[in-house]
Order: sequence, then C-alpha cells, then structure tokens
Amino acid sequence: MIKILYFSWVRERLGVSEQLIDTNATNIGELIDELKSKDEKYKLTFDDLSLIKIAANQKLVDVRHPLKEVTEVAFFPPMTGG
Amino acid sequence: MKVILQKKRFDPGKLINEFQNKLENAGAMVNFVGIVRNNHKFNLVKLHIEHYPEMTKKSLEEIQLISKKRWHLKDSLIIHRYGDLNINEPIMMVITAADHRLEAFNAAEFLMDYLKSRAPFWKKEFTDDGSVWVSSTESDENSLNRW
Repeated sequence: MIKILYFSWVRERLGVSEQLIDTNATNIGELIDELKSKDEKYKLTFDDLSLIKIAANQKLVDVRHPLKEVTEVAFFPPMTGG
Repeated sequence: MKVILQKKRFDPGKLINEFQNKLENAGAMVNFVGIVRNNHKFNLVKLHIEHYPEMTKKSLEEIQLISKKRWHLKDSLIIHRYGDLNINEPIMMVITAADHRLEAFNAAEFLMDYLKSRAPFWKKEFTDDGSVWVSSTESDENSLNRW
C-alpha cells in the first residue's frame, strides 16, 4: 500500500487530499499512468506534468523514481512560499 | 539553528532580540521578513498558506544545514507561517549570523531562494473577486542557479 497526498490546486481538482492505494507500478511514472486510467479527473489533472512536482517519502523526485521502499508519494504544483 | 512553523502571528523585533542575545562572538546578523501585500488587481481579503507538514520542516532543516556549512554560520533561524494571514502581517522571516556580513547576507539570500522554490508551501489569495492560487515565477526558479 502506498499513501498518496495531493496539495493546493491538485487537491482541489481531484477533490481528495489523501488516499491509500494498492499498486503494481514500479516507478512514479507508472503510478501516474495507473491513476490516469482510473478516472477523467486524474487524466486531466496529470495531463501536463510540467505543472506538477512530485515528492517520494518527502523528497523531491521525478517520474523515473522507483517506488521500491517508497511509502508516501505527494503531488503538488511548484511551491510558492516565502 | 531553529525552524519554526506556526499559524499565529509573530513579532519580528522580539525574535531578532532573542536571537541576538544568544549569539556568541558573531560579527554580523542579517534578517529578512516577508510581508503580506495587496499585490492583486482586486482587494486582498486574506492570504491562505497551505503546506505539507511532514516535508516542510525536513526540507527547511536540510537547507539550513547546507547554509551553515557553506558560510560557517554561527546560528540561523527560519520561521514560516501557514493558515490565514492578513495584509501587513509577517509571513516568514530568516535570520543568519556569521563572523562577517558577506557570509550572513549570502546565507540569508540562499535560504530565501531555496525556501521559495523548494519548501512545500502554497499561497492562495482571497480577494473581493474570488480566490486564486499564486503561481510560481520563472525568476524564482532561476535564482537558484546562482548558488
């Protein structure tokens, strides 16, 4: 099981902030493809990946990052703190 | 070295004094305070800041440690708020202390640049015309390249 978190407009578009999923994906890119195949909302949200940042176990990664040993994945737009 | 994440308003002057009173033999101290401003074409009602609690503190402590090693900082403080903020209220503050001003200035700028595009905070502006998530700017991302 992997915990997936969504923040900011990604969370608002999907209407969910957190979910636990069983996945056969071996990396983040495959996980995104799985999510996109679930429902139109996911397909639209993940359509342009240049708008989305990814964290695996609270560290910034890219779509090639393997899911082995990853328990938490987060999707969010570029940060705007400060 | 300290990272503070909190909802409630803070007093920058008080934090500067407390920070300085604990310093030992530092020749320079630099601080930066980010403030909520009415930069929208509509009146800002409030600024909401969302964050990713499990990752925020970790990422800030990481950049704080990098800055300490690189500029031999005597001490540093990062404080950042989340939740609802009003115009003119402080959003965040960085304080750095070093032997000399150049190290303290550089470390403060480095911390600000990294904090803006690497710490998981997102701002949402609520105006009298509705609400909008603030977009990141290319200049924020590019400013990391100088380090």
